[in-house]
Amino acid sequence: MAIFGKLFANLRGGKVSSADWEDVLQSLIESDLGAANSQSIIEIAKRERGESSEIAVKAALHSWLSEKPRAIAKSEGRTTTVLVVGVNGTGKTTSCAKLAGLLKRNGESVLLAAADTFRAAAVEQLQTWGTRLELPVISGAANGDPASVAFDAITKASGASTSYLLVDTAGRLHTKSDLMDELGKIRRVIEKVSPVDEVLLVVDATTGQNGIAQAKLFTSSVNVTGLILTKMDGSAKGGIALAIECETGIPVKFVGTGEALEDLSAFDADTYLSGLFDS
Amino acid sequence: MFDSLSAKFSSAFSSLRGKGRIKAGDLDEITSEIRSALLDSDVAVSVVDSFISQIKERALPQLDELNKSTNPSQAIFNIVNEELVGILGGTARRIRYAKKAPTVILLTGLQGAGKTSLAGKLAKYLKDQGNTPILVACDLARPNAVTQLQLVGDSISVPVFAPEPGNGVGDPVRVAKDGVKFAAEKLHNIVIVDTAGRLGIDAQLMAQAKQIRDAINPDEVLYVVDAMVGQDAVRSAQAFGEGVGFDAVVLTKLDGDARGGAALSITQITNKPIMFAATGEKVTDFDLFYPDRMASRILGLGDIQTLAEATKNAFDGDTAAKLESKFASGEDFTLDDFLAQLEAMKKMGSMTKLLGMLPGANSGAMKKQLEQFDDTELIRTQAIVQSMTPLERRDPKVLNGSRRARIAKGSGRAVSDVNSLVERFTGAQKMMKQMRSGKGGMPAGMPPGMPQFPQTSGANSNKGNAPKAKKSRSGNPAKRAAESS
Ligand SMILES: Nc1nc2c(ncn2[C@@H]2O[C@H](COP(=O)(O)OP(=O)(O)OP(=O)(O)O)[C@@H](O)[C@H]2O)c(=O)[nH]1
Ligand SMILES: [Mg+2]
Repeated sequence: MAIFGKLFANLRGGKVSSADWEDVLQSLIESDLGAANSQSIIEIAKRERGESSEIAVKAALHSWLSEKPRAIAKSEGRTTTVLVVGVNGTGKTTSCAKLAGLLKRNGESVLLAAADTFRAAAVEQLQTWGTRLELPVISGAANGDPASVAFDAITKASGASTSYLLVDTAGRLHTKSDLMDELGKIRRVIEKVSPVDEVLLVVDATTGQNGIAQAKLFTSSVNVTGLILTKMDGSAKGGIALAIECETGIPVKFVGTGEALEDLSAFDADTYLSGLFDS
Repeated sequence: MFDSLSAKFSSAFSSLRGKGRIKAGDLDEITSEIRSALLDSDVAVSVVDSFISQIKERALPQLDELNKSTNPSQAIFNIVNEELVGILGGTARRIRYAKKAPTVILLTGLQGAGKTSLAGKLAKYLKDQGNTPILVACDLARPNAVTQLQLVGDSISVPVFAPEPGNGVGDPVRVAKDGVKFAAEKLHNIVIVDTAGRLGIDAQLMAQAKQIRDAINPDEVLYVVDAMVGQDAVRSAQAFGEGVGFDAVVLTKLDGDARGGAALSITQITNKPIMFAATGEKVTDFDLFYPDRMASRILGLGDIQTLAEATKNAFDGDTAAKLESKFASGEDFTLDDFLAQLEAMKKMGSMTKLLGMLPGANSGAMKKQLEQFDDTELIRTQAIVQSMTPLERRDPKVLNGSRRARIAKGSGRAVSDVNSLVERFTGAQKMMKQMRSGKGGMPAGMPPGMPQFPQTSGANSNKGNAPKAKKSRSGNPAKRAAESS
């Protein structure tokens, strides 16, 4: 935690100027943690002295993380269905493909469903990934009903005892109630056949404070169970994820670090936190 | 977007407005509120700080002067507004056309910013102005980005130069070069080059972007930015500025509720204007970016001008002219006009988006209502008006209980729906009257949740609140939920 490095050193030496505090505050805000969250970290640090200040800050940050399990759901004896949702362009389709690759490498059978029937060439995009992964992709007509694609897919997956069904959905802004209802419908239609086990919200690491609204509104329409934090290979630190965890209790499950299939890993709290404050 | 920023500005100003005289201490208080509002809106810390000192620097020496004016808080408000417009780019800039056609426009930006959709929107926009654009598919990285551009081009009947299949195959520098050459041969006057998304810190891909630029020597390089971006806006914009260089910015996904502080940060830091704004997924959801309008939006005044223009475009010439002359002559706005408007609105697409541009759209009650707004309501409302007799449409005052019951039956709605429509209509009618008496097309009255900085008389603006408040009540979300279930 380089942001804190100098601060903690100075604290131990007993000399922290107000400019030091300002610097730390600025760095925290610049990681997209949110102004209020950043301020409260400063207050926690100020309350203690020397080394205990350092311990208090680290403890506080860890306590902001969600306590929910971070492993992807797995249901025995039936298909585990994962719905991948999010605002436009965050990396849903790519993440679906990466996740499919990860599961396949773990020996699971996987079916992909191209339920983005809206955006031009979204189906073809997932199909291309399917070909690369040598995994089947269920699709429907362009501009068709995404729920019916999802229904076909779950029917097929549970009939064939496929272990995972990953459903890619169209990007949508959380403020559009009609599109959010459509997502709810996709979920309900799948659940006529088999339960939805995971709803993964894909959040771009460059996202600012709007990420909180995204998490809340997607949760209220489809009950998000985890986040995929993408584009962590860029210059953004993804502090919004910690803010979302703290505010909603939804855990980050995976982190995307590039455009290739292997660029997806399980979320690791220590790596994330040290990356966040390593500037 | 900018919702909460508007709300905070509003509350900061209303606390100031209560005071007859403004002291230096009051200024500190208000600027610190503005500061935290801007930070919550993802404006870069350094930009926020310089904005705040600008405000203070301008206001402080003038305090005595300001306090002598009839409305000191209005004067400070003006300073904030002016500085905001200043940062947002001063005056709007248009595309610079090449002296010798074709004009070459290069799109760059991070992954997922919305470049490919924007390429289509821009092409459509330019085509509608009589140009003959062609699209060039240089995103050869993302799977099926080429297919996407081809489909977009087909849907707007704009040709797409796509010699390479993409999905990792082909050299984007070459395609760009050949595309421009092809365009010149085929006498297209505009070439729009779509490129793959890339990270500012990816040295290799930044070098490739620079190569594309050098190969085609574009007249405009546009940097495409997602309005939801946070503090990274500055880092990435700087990286693209240094790596490729760009002339102007396009903001996308402005139809969401992101506060869009990036707009402030990027223009301030890079000194480049924001030229266009994308406001939805349809190919027509695209407009020029107007700094002054955006500033009004930030300040909670609503984006009245954009709304007016969207309305005008949707009306056929006849309806628009009729309405305009009615408006000018001071003739009454009737339910028939209202019906014509509803029909036009259906053509305009999402009401939620349009209503979001109204002043006061950011206030708590109105915002809730907007979130709940259901575009099918338009159709229901239309059915109610259509069930009225010509007399009733002209003069809703004749609508007694039995008439209302008949209309409800005829339109398949409840009497309470008819009541609420009439109530809303009367409110709208009043607002139209006030707009007419106000200056510059802005309603004289400010919406609820927004302090008043009346241009005209205070009494007038108080009255202006009435119809809006009524509007919120009649749109009780709970009631609507019960209705639709
Ligand atoms: N650098 C980087 N790029 C990524 C990552 N994940 C996705 N991308 C890129 O982001 C862009 C958008 O990804 P998509 O998967 O198409 O995004 P989407 O959310 O499906 O987009 P829509 O369906 O259009 O809403 C593509 O260029 C991807 O290659 C990541 O972790 N790092
Ligand atoms: Mg997609």
